[in-house]
Amino acid sequence: MKKSKYKLICGLEIHVELATNSKMFCGCKNDPFEALEPNCYTCPTCLGMPGALPVPNRRAIEWTVKLGLVTNSKVNLFSKFDRKHYNYPDLPKGYQISQYDLPFCYQGKITTSEGDVTITRIHLEEDTGKLLHKTINGQKVSLVDFNRSGVPLVEIVSEPEITSAKQAAEYGRKLRQLVRYLGFSQANMERGEMRLEANISLSLNGSLPNYKVEVKNINSFRYLEQAIEYEIKRQAKLLDQGITPKQETRGWDHIKGETFPQRSKETAEDYRYFPDPDIPPIVLTEDQVKAWKKELPTLPDIVAKRWQERFDLPESVINQLLTTNDKVAKLNRFFGKAQKAGLNVKKVAHAIVNKKFDLDYQMPCSKIIAKWQEEMATEVVDNQVIDTLVKDLVQTHPEEVKRYQAGEKRLLGFFLGQLRPKLPPKADMRLVKETLEDLLQS
Amino acid sequence: MKLNQLTLTDAIKGLKEKKFSLSEIYADINKVIAETKDLNIYLTINDKAKDQASKQSSLPLAGLPIAVKDNFLTKGLRTTASSKVLDKFIPPYESTVTQKIKEAGGVVVGKTNLDAWAHGSSTETSDYGRTLNPRNPNHLPGGSSGGSAAAVAADAALAAIGSETAGSIRQPAAWCGIVGLKPTYGRVSRRGVIAMASSTDSPGPMTKTVADAALLLNHISGHDPYDATSSPKNVPDFTQALNKSVQNLKVGYIYHDVGIDTNIVNIFEKQLKKLEEVGVKVEKAAAFDPHHAIGVYTIIQRAEVSSNLNRYDGIRYGHDRSYFGDEAKKRIMLGTFALSKGYADKYYLLAQKVRTLFKQDFKKLFQKYDLLISLTSPGFAKKVGASKGQAAFGELEDMLLEPSSIVGLPGINLPVYRDPETNLYLGANIVANYWDEETMIKLADAWEKELKI
Repeated sequence: MKKSKYKLICGLEIHVELATNSKMFCGCKNDPFEALEPNCYTCPTCLGMPGALPVPNRRAIEWTVKLGLVTNSKVNLFSKFDRKHYNYPDLPKGYQISQYDLPFCYQGKITTSEGDVTITRIHLEEDTGKLLHKTINGQKVSLVDFNRSGVPLVEIVSEPEITSAKQAAEYGRKLRQLVRYLGFSQANMERGEMRLEANISLSLNGSLPNYKVEVKNINSFRYLEQAIEYEIKRQAKLLDQGITPKQETRGWDHIKGETFPQRSKETAEDYRYFPDPDIPPIVLTEDQVKAWKKELPTLPDIVAKRWQERFDLPESVINQLLTTNDKVAKLNRFFGKAQKAGLNVKKVAHAIVNKKFDLDYQMPCSKIIAKWQEEMATEVVDNQVIDTLVKDLVQTHPEEVKRYQAGEKRLLGFFLGQLRPKLPPKADMRLVKETLEDLLQS
Repeated sequence: MKLNQLTLTDAIKGLKEKKFSLSEIYADINKVIAETKDLNIYLTINDKAKDQASKQSSLPLAGLPIAVKDNFLTKGLRTTASSKVLDKFIPPYESTVTQKIKEAGGVVVGKTNLDAWAHGSSTETSDYGRTLNPRNPNHLPGGSSGGSAAAVAADAALAAIGSETAGSIRQPAAWCGIVGLKPTYGRVSRRGVIAMASSTDSPGPMTKTVADAALLLNHISGHDPYDATSSPKNVPDFTQALNKSVQNLKVGYIYHDVGIDTNIVNIFEKQLKKLEEVGVKVEKAAAFDPHHAIGVYTIIQRAEVSSNLNRYDGIRYGHDRSYFGDEAKKRIMLGTFALSKGYADKYYLLAQKVRTLFKQDFKKLFQKYDLLISLTSPGFAKKVGASKGQAAFGELEDMLLEPSSIVGLPGINLPVYRDPETNLYLGANIVANYWDEETMIKLADAWEKELKI
């Protein structure tokens, strides 16, 4: 691709649903996706009934602040919740409880291979209900399911410092890794537990342009990259013609691989924010924040570096192993002990990632090591069995061997077919194939 | 004496001593409710009240009938806030206040009329028609808790529950000649009270005597895990403040120079003298001009109203926005405007700053005085129809109460004078420092016994 004369100016707004036990402002179960029927996890508060009041969820506040701490953000010791007004059937109170001018965290950063991206703010709010469009008795109706109403939702807003589609995806992946690692969210995008919005514009000299296009409905990092690339092309074409792209919200059509206009945003919306009088300001102490900081596990970046240096693990393997912090802590202990026991940690790690070795995280390290050694022993036995079987096969089919050696390579399939029923059940087919090819060549 | 005329305290005592029965009380109450139908006190009558009462008789409130303002949610019993928007609303849950009353043995005898959404000081904005003042039906009962005040004044309940945002308990109590107590903001839970201005809404008792107010306050106060603004502070036994000496209490007499009719002021000051006779030190005190509170309250209250009423979008609760009355529409528009981008700083934030000035002024006053006293309302109950065309009717009537309301201080109305010609009353507003309802009750109780109105 030829280098564009325009610079990408991109910022991300990422929403993450927190996996707390209860909802943000009431005691209802926070599990909208697994709910057996609509509106089974609701109460006067999350239904916005008259007279019902919100009581903030301590755990959700703790997690939001912790997310700030792991992204090097500053923490507002004095914070508050505000009402953001708009009308939509899935918003039962006519306002969303969010945070306006005093978010819990601000001025953080996430490091990517293309440089740091500043986090403008991290704030806490409540999710909305969900509309279901159905046809009942031949009539088109819209129904509201409030199971998701009031689920804690964290919004992480970045500065428009992202300079490539790849970097945007990397930033997003890092953030997802962090929230999963800390156990704050499964961040499953198909379930809407993590939602991406990109603000995209182009500039000749890198300064902030006078328009911005917001792309919504992106539910994978691959689509995020594609949407940004698409917008770069679309906006460059307009700019080349001397046209400023329209300030608007666009959606992503992953089938066509295009963004499409959703809503014009020429005038700023007026949400009439004001402090929610139902919730007293949230005052945190230095000591509280320090105590939370102490509880944080070693961060994924540091673990990755350690594993790379000590065990020579490749990045792809590391990224697959960096799941939740308790699993990672276990792996860390296990790797250390395994190395001392003389095991090849790199081989073990590969086996885990390729699902060749079933690691039980509940099992004590010594038992895991014993299990690995046992499986390795059977592997040695297996390898001897394979050798014998292949030799037998080659000896009993001299005709086919000659044809293969003469260039009829597709006969390899025939040999493998003959072998398969005789092999041990867990035999490594790649090894079988290699052994066979070696012998046929000689 | 008919049994419905009993105070709550005397009824409990009499029942214990078996001087009369609960069903005798209900017979008299139901008779008066029927006789006073024209006053339009109740919007909904609880048909099961008598049955419920018999099951409650062993509890502290002994199954006695209590009227509740119709902005408190009562499970299974229609709750409208006097707005047609909620005409058919049957709440699926119970407000904390009515829950506590039930747990203490009280029975919700009916739901009383109010200004629609509690917007007003007359009950004239009610979508179900105005309530008339039982003391003199040519006059208004005040509001917004006008129905509850009238229920007590007409002896159509032994006591009542109201809610005050800025005057809505004390002003109708003054106009109907009863006791109305607005507790410190956060003393009584707001859960299940249809929100008006969330930052000042305070439920409280409306009763025949100060003793009844103290008793009822005991039962409705306390921390509520469902209301983040309710205080975890311990609740004292407010009845302990009754029958106590008020010797040497220092009282600041405020708002004596704000342009109130001199005849009214003279009557009031004569009654104040009687306080001095029992050893209270009363002194004229300079306070921050209450006129400023009108602006602060108007902005903050309208802003919160526009937000709180945004949920009645017609998707639920039956009726849509076209059912809002003119008063609600006016307030929604004004509040929406006050919170709009570019205007919020000019109005809402400025109002909050002035609110802080009031707080500071009260802090200074309470360094010098134990209590503050003023008239509750600048005059007697106004005539029926008086609120018509008066956009700021309530604000002017409640001016003397708004300063203490917007900062969340407790206050009590005590009837201090009855005009023998009109049978209408004047009330005193006694304001205490935060969480010091006890001192306020102590003074009101002593004054009540001295005045014998």
